[in-house]
Parts: sequence; C-alpha cells; structure tokens
Amino acid sequence: MALNIDWLKLFRGERKTSAQLAKDRLMVAVAIQRAELAGKSQVPPYLQKMREEIVSVVRKYVQVPDEAVQFSLQRERGLEVLELNITLPEHAA
Amino acid sequence: MTKIVVVTSGKGGVGKTTTAASFATGLAARGHKTAVVDFDVGLRNLDLIMGVERRVVFDFVNVIHGEATLKQALIKDKQFENLSILAASQTRDKDALTAAGVERVLDELVAEFEYVVCDSPAGIERGAHLAMYFADEALVVTNPEVSSVRDSDRVLGLLASKTRRAERGDGKVREHLVLTRYNPARVAKGEMLSVDDVKEILAIPLLGVIPESQAVLTCSNAGVPVIREENADAGLAYQDLVARFLGEERPHRFLDQKKGLFSKLFGG
Repeated sequence: MALNIDWLKLFRGERKTSAQLAKDRLMVAVAIQRAELAGKSQVPPYLQKMREEIVSVVRKYVQVPDEAVQFSLQRERGLEVLELNITLPEHAA
Repeated sequence: MTKIVVVTSGKGGVGKTTTAASFATGLAARGHKTAVVDFDVGLRNLDLIMGVERRVVFDFVNVIHGEATLKQALIKDKQFENLSILAASQTRDKDALTAAGVERVLDELVAEFEYVVCDSPAGIERGAHLAMYFADEALVVTNPEVSSVRDSDRVLGLLASKTRRAERGDGKVREHLVLTRYNPARVAKGEMLSVDDVKEILAIPLLGVIPESQAVLTCSNAGVPVIREENADAGLAYQDLVARFLGEERPHRFLDQKKGLFSKLFGG
C-alpha cells in the first residue's frame, strides 16, 4: 500500500482538497488498524515510505548516503517512539 | 451449488438493508430462486423495505426455537414468486440467535434456494458475526466517508478470520465492494472520496457504485426495493450490480456528474 501524499503540492503551499485530506487520514488509520489486528509488534506499512520521503527532503539540502540514516520504531509500555538519526558528512555546511 | 451472500458494512446507516433488498430482488428477477434473511434481531427493517411488514407471522427466531417451520415463516414476495423473505424477530434477547440454530436454518434454506442473502446488522457483535460466519461471498457496503471506510476495512479483517471458510481453510470469502450514496458532483469538486480512492484503501474488487438518489427514500417510503425503480439511477445501478455479480460485463454508468443543459449545449 502506498501513502499517496503529493509532497510537491504541500511544499508549494497548495491546499489539499477535502477528499485528499480524508484519503491521507484514512491511509494511516487503516494501516494502523491492520497492523494492530495482525499482531501488534509489526512495523506499520507506511514506515518505509515515510523514511524514503524524509530522506529525500534532507537530500534537498545535504547529500547523505543511505547508511547515514538510521530509522527505528520502538514500543515500550504502550508508548511508541520513532527514532531518526541522520549523520551529516563532515564537510556539510 | 447454492451461494450464501452476506451484506455487511460494520457502520450503520450506509445502505445494507437497501442493498440486501435490491440485490435479492434483482437475483429473483433474473430467475434465481432467492431467500433474503434479516439478521438484525431486535431492530428488524428488511420487512419494511421489502413491503411485507404486514405479512410477518413467524420470524427467524421462531424457526430457530422450533415454534414454527421454515416454510411457515418464509414470506413469498408478491412480485417475484421465486423470492422469499425471512424476517428478524423483535425480541430484546441478544442471545436469541445461536450458531447451531442459524446453521440449521441456513442448511434448510441452502437445500431449497440458489441464493441465500444475509442482511447483517451494524456493528461487529453476535448478529453481525453470525450473518457473515457461514457466507461464501460478501457485499461490503461502504459510503465514501472516513468512518464508513475504516469500519469496512475492519469488517474485511473479520471476513478473513472469523468465518467458517477461514476457520476450515476452505478458501476466502469472496469480497465485493458496493459503494453507496456516491455523489459524482462532489467528487469532481474534491469534496468526496472518489471510487478509486476507496478501492485503493480497501483493495477489494468493485461490484457497483450506487449514486446518491432521492429514489432510495421514496422507494423505502413505499416498501418497494429501489432496483424496481427503472427511472432512477440508483435502480439502474443496482440492476447493473446484480448483472455483474452473475458474471456479466457492464460498464459503471454513474461515476461522472450529470451534464446540465448548458454543458450539453456548449460541450463543456
């Protein structure tokens, strides 16, 4: 399942239509619902896509290799923590 | 080989009973011996939508309890003699439906009919569970609206795990999406989820899109399944839906907004 968010439109500041907003919210709600029912500890399916999109935003400003990006999701006592580590190259501005 | 088809949705008020009534009527109109069963114990409504409320003598729970035979409880439709209706009971006893009782009644129906259509109550409690449990196929009725779509997704999860087919490893319950109360004009304006949006989220094959229509209310006022209203888009959309269910190829006719006189004249 793909998380179809038109990031270009978002960056240009164009307003999403009401239907697009509904779809975006549903994609996440349904993904979480399926993951919960499938057996808790699974990684939500949108996570990989989200990782790619965040990295692509970072790369607009700084060139980082794939291995410099660490992404993890932890669950502790009902609390979910999303951890994102990006090691910037030394010569970066 | 008889098919048991559940009409389900999770959310209430999205058009399950309207769909069950029209679907069953459409199957009968095309020559298939069909029974439609109301599983909404305590809140029966199928009898009203089918226009047989004054002819209910015995109901589903009476048959389960052995207070009446199935033959006594089945109401024959006046328009189509190969269509029968089994009304739900108005009892407040939540446990009136038992798995063994439902199975026995369905077995009897399967022996006599080609299609048994089960009209599920809203929710995911006992009535809804039993309505889907014995199904071979499912019509998942959904409105293009967030809460309905999420509830439908929840129901799809149940169809894949809490049914006899799933438990026996008999293959999946075949799922069909029925999108109701669709308003193409609002979709065009970006105000309503499109049929493609809903298909993408639920990821099941589309059986039919029923446009929002005033005819649905006027038909329910009269106790006539809307599929019999040939002058209404909703009626024609249900006829297409039944034809597709039976294997015919039919284009979806009501996905675009109707053109007004102005755009017809000027080619807009």
